Amino acid sequence: MAQIFHPSANSIAKASIVASALAIVFIIFSAVAVDRSPYVTGVTTPVPQPVPFSHEHHVGGLGIDCRFCHTSVETSSFAGIPALEICMTCHSQVWKNSPMLTPVRDGFADPNYQTGGSPLAWARVHQLPDYAYFNHSIHINKGVGCETCHGRVDQMPLTWKANTLHMEWCLECHRAPEKYLRPKGDIFKMGWKPPENQEELGKRLLKENRVEKSGITDCVTCHR
Amino acid sequence: MPSHESAMTLEIRRRLLKSSGREYWRCLDELAQTPEFQKSLESEFPQGLLPPAHFQDGATRRHFLKIMAASFVFAGLSGCGAQSAKQIVPYRKQPEDVIPGKPLFYATAVTLNGVASGVLVESNMGRPTKVEGNPDHPSSLGATDAFSQAAILSLYDPQRAQTVLNQDRISTWSDFTAALAPVLSEQERKQGAGLRVLTGAVTSPAFASQMLALAKKFPKFKWCQFEPLGRENSRAGAALAFGEDVNCICDFTKADVVVSFDVDFLSGVGSVRYSRDFTQKRTVRTGTSQMNRLYVLESTPSLTGAAADHRLPASPNDIEMMVARLAVGAGIELYKKPEDSLSAAQEAWLRVLSEELNTHRGSSLILAGESQSPVVHAAVHALNAHFGNAGKTIRYTAPLEATVEGQMQSINELAYEMSSGQVEALIVIDANPAYSAFANLHFADAMEKVPFSARMGLYADETSARCHWHIPQTHEFEAWSDARGHDGSVTIMQPLIEPLYNGKSPHELLNWVERGELHGSYEILRGVWHDRFTGDFEKGWRRAVHDGVVADSALPEKKVVIAIKPLATRSVRSKPADYLVFKPDPTIWDGRFANNGWLQELPKPLTKLTWENAILISPALARKQGIVDGDIVGVQGNLRSWVEGVAMIAPGQEDNCIALTLGYGRSLPNCIADGLGSNAFVLRMGPPFEWYAPNVTVQKSGTHHPLATTQHHHSMEGRDPVRMGTLKDFIANPHFAADHADNESSMYPPHKYEGHAWGMTIDLNACTGCSACVLACQSENNIPIVGKDEILRGREMHWLRIDRYYKGALENPETVFEPLACVHCEQAPCEPVCPVGATTHSGEGLNQMVYNRCVGTRYCSNNCPYKVRRFNFFQYSDIETPALQLMHNPDVTVRDRGVMEKCTYCVQRINSAKIEAEKENRPVRDGEIRTACQSACPASAIVFGDINDPQSAAAQLRTQPHAFGLLSELGTRPRTTYLARLRNPHPELEQLDAKGAPA
Repeated sequence: MAQIFHPSANSIAKASIVASALAIVFIIFSAVAVDRSPYVTGVTTPVPQPVPFSHEHHVGGLGIDCRFCHTSVETSSFAGIPALEICMTCHSQVWKNSPMLTPVRDGFADPNYQTGGSPLAWARVHQLPDYAYFNHSIHINKGVGCETCHGRVDQMPLTWKANTLHMEWCLECHRAPEKYLRPKGDIFKMGWKPPENQEELGKRLLKENRVEKSGITDCVTCHR
Repeated sequence: MPSHESAMTLEIRRRLLKSSGREYWRCLDELAQTPEFQKSLESEFPQGLLPPAHFQDGATRRHFLKIMAASFVFAGLSGCGAQSAKQIVPYRKQPEDVIPGKPLFYATAVTLNGVASGVLVESNMGRPTKVEGNPDHPSSLGATDAFSQAAILSLYDPQRAQTVLNQDRISTWSDFTAALAPVLSEQERKQGAGLRVLTGAVTSPAFASQMLALAKKFPKFKWCQFEPLGRENSRAGAALAFGEDVNCICDFTKADVVVSFDVDFLSGVGSVRYSRDFTQKRTVRTGTSQMNRLYVLESTPSLTGAAADHRLPASPNDIEMMVARLAVGAGIELYKKPEDSLSAAQEAWLRVLSEELNTHRGSSLILAGESQSPVVHAAVHALNAHFGNAGKTIRYTAPLEATVEGQMQSINELAYEMSSGQVEALIVIDANPAYSAFANLHFADAMEKVPFSARMGLYADETSARCHWHIPQTHEFEAWSDARGHDGSVTIMQPLIEPLYNGKSPHELLNWVERGELHGSYEILRGVWHDRFTGDFEKGWRRAVHDGVVADSALPEKKVVIAIKPLATRSVRSKPADYLVFKPDPTIWDGRFANNGWLQELPKPLTKLTWENAILISPALARKQGIVDGDIVGVQGNLRSWVEGVAMIAPGQEDNCIALTLGYGRSLPNCIADGLGSNAFVLRMGPPFEWYAPNVTVQKSGTHHPLATTQHHHSMEGRDPVRMGTLKDFIANPHFAADHADNESSMYPPHKYEGHAWGMTIDLNACTGCSACVLACQSENNIPIVGKDEILRGREMHWLRIDRYYKGALENPETVFEPLACVHCEQAPCEPVCPVGATTHSGEGLNQMVYNRCVGTRYCSNNCPYKVRRFNFFQYSDIETPALQLMHNPDVTVRDRGVMEKCTYCVQRINSAKIEAEKENRPVRDGEIRTACQSACPASAIVFGDINDPQSAAAQLRTQPHAFGLLSELGTRPRTTYLARLRNPHPELEQLDAKGAPA
């Protein structure tokens, strides 16, 4: 009986085994790479907003403090999104007829929106899963700068995520907070450079600020 | 009867005869060691009485593989896809005081039978999510009952009436007022002769003054307050004794001996405060040598009976005989000396009671229950005066209920006037007489004869169906109102949220009836209170609203004198009969909470029954008639009334009494309460208020119905889980409960706890079994309800359950409650078996449950000796209904299908307290963290804290001599420990009990 397969089939078979093994590895690696890419995580991708609000202009240009708008960042889990009243503090005087600000004026005009207008709805930039509980106030109080997580907001014409917010990213700091802590005065500063003795400074801040390093890697610190 | 049941009862009796002193059992099957019970013990998860859903059609292997393959694909797919972008809508103007992410607490009150209990309601950015007690309110002292906890669910209940209805058709408020206006002007001409207003019990001063104004406009109108579980007998009894109605306030902190003639003061109106006061006198710590002593005579087991040092099952008639004998002995001319003799046990009780009351003059307290006749109430008032208790352990004030002189009328007068056509316009507010009025009044039929009837209520229920108009009522958290607490203190109730379902408040409706204008409840309340504060109104008002109680508004003590007319002399004879006892339902009261899923699913403290009521029969009657648990029986009452229900054998039930709780058998179309249980109201005749019907008969129907109890589940294999002794035992050997050596050996290295180590202690001596903690936990932790079918499969989700153990003779066992949630073992059996590390140990000793890691193997639950883990077999949490989404606690994850969950020691509260403390650079203070169960507990039985801090309350309690760890002999090192339960028996009665209950 004649052979069905040509002898070269052996090589092809071997090659295809190797190729499929490689393909599996490739698929896994590329899946992981895609999962961590800005395409999925949204890192460095500006999010379109109803009003093209520029942190670059307000923070970098005008030098407005973070807490002027994010009023509850030191006291609450939620940093707070400014009430339209805060926007209108200035914008009833400057750029008061700008078409870009129409949604802000519309949202502010009538408390019950009966004469027109509608509430302003910002698009969320940072979105944690529902089972993760993050508290801004404790981080601010213990010496984590805004910039550590949110990046150079003062250089963002439209806001984007500076970090993935993946759990491994959180844990990098929770396992070794001394690498990231700042003195209390520098928390809201943009472009802060860690000093050369950061490790030493961090350890001192850990003690001063009573950071219980042992507890902050427990699951229930963030998940409950 | 050579059947299974008679064999079973024989077996029970045999085992009881053999049983030694310390033996506990939880249900009759366990006691008899039936094959069914053995089988349920052996299975990994007790399956309950129904097979698992969706596998009833004989699934094949091929079918199984198909489903699994599809599930696998979909499970994979669901992991893909980025989260949908969400929006943030900022405030227009930031409201004062609101910090996004931080809850605010507002003081208000929750009422039961019109009587307020002060609460603080947590509001998360405008959404009320949790009820806590108000420490400043005398009826609460910071604790709540189960009803108050469940008020949150009633508020959001999507099945509440949402529109004005006219003859079942959707209508509007303006249509209603247009129809009402001509009726009212007609009545104004007739001075209101045909106008009737029917309400439940009202203590609200604002409502009363509105009624007074109404009486000015309609001088001939009548107001009827009808409360099916009202205090008619107390009222009549007080009138008999003092010549006027009074409100009694008990001071249990001064009472060393308490005698209860069928009073359940540990549940219902005023019970939150009374539980605290009562258990305070039962706190036993190192060196304690005194406790109060509680004697209870009752026909049906109650929470108070379970707390008693001595409990005597007695029929209502026997109780009256005992009171009569006591009264005659004290020289009170109310009864002729009863001629009939009492049983030996009753004679012994009488002897002991008169001796105890004599030696504790001024420090004893005698109470008569609502089920007792007015004469008994009068006799008890006289007895309290005789033994010097009046003014000491019991104080009298003016009654709480508001009345308007000359306008009041009783329910039977109203029913008579309606059927004879004298009533032209009827306005029913909140009450539900078509369902709950006495059966012989045929109230619902009489209502049909009224030309114009309107009903305001939370639900479009039986009464609404008989009325021309239905107006949705606001929930207590949706409108301004006021109400009095058990001592008369007034709370101005503030709303937490705008009406969700277009409701109007009773004040608004009354205001319309009086003036023909619509004013908001805020305006009305401020108008009424305008002249009632001394000094500046605005200041007084703000203070009162903020505090949740108007300062010095408690009713002043009233001096009353016993003025019994000798004419009332009455003879009482022994009347052996089969009685049907009507009881308030422990979870749905008189049916008003019937549509509250939390309360429906809350196991009733003694029967552990959910979603239905049962006809409770005594073991003796069950033996006689060959009835077993779950048999459908019919009860024939007076006037040929008849009701069918499921029988349940209740240990401790008086032999000739059967009991049925009121509130079930509702007809509420499209509501979850529709058709559950059997309606006891159809058997209830009156007036006078009938609390028990004599000469009833019970007939077996031959059919069977599975009872949705939570009693068989989570069995503990007779490992002596609850420990109990007497005060004498404790004084002789304080360490009596610690006879199981803790097993310290372990294959795993011990954990080190350098910072905090959280622990909890539960004092079984304080726990009354009231179940407020169970609902507090449910509300705090977003725990779903699962429904009756899933309960029958043993899949209830409560993180905290209250085990109920019996000890001793079936006829009159001792009852102990043991609240049990995850005990947070230091060597937790659940942790090493989780294949995905979803349950791990925290540095502070918390046994953490990580929902997002859990894949649902259920190995942890299998390995848990306490059986406190709960699995989401289906998507139990309602994440679709918008109203219910508002209700969720934002600090706790809402769990999905396929995830294991359990008690977390309220880790969200621990974290938030720790964060606040760390922000202030200080350690967490002892008592700063209060778990939901702890803060709800009326008896302060639960204490939580850091056991690494030897000064903390929790650490101190752990070192008490009678502390014990549940199943600590297994080496689990539980963080939750218990203090043993102690009784304080009277030596003479103890001997009688030891001889065995009368056969």
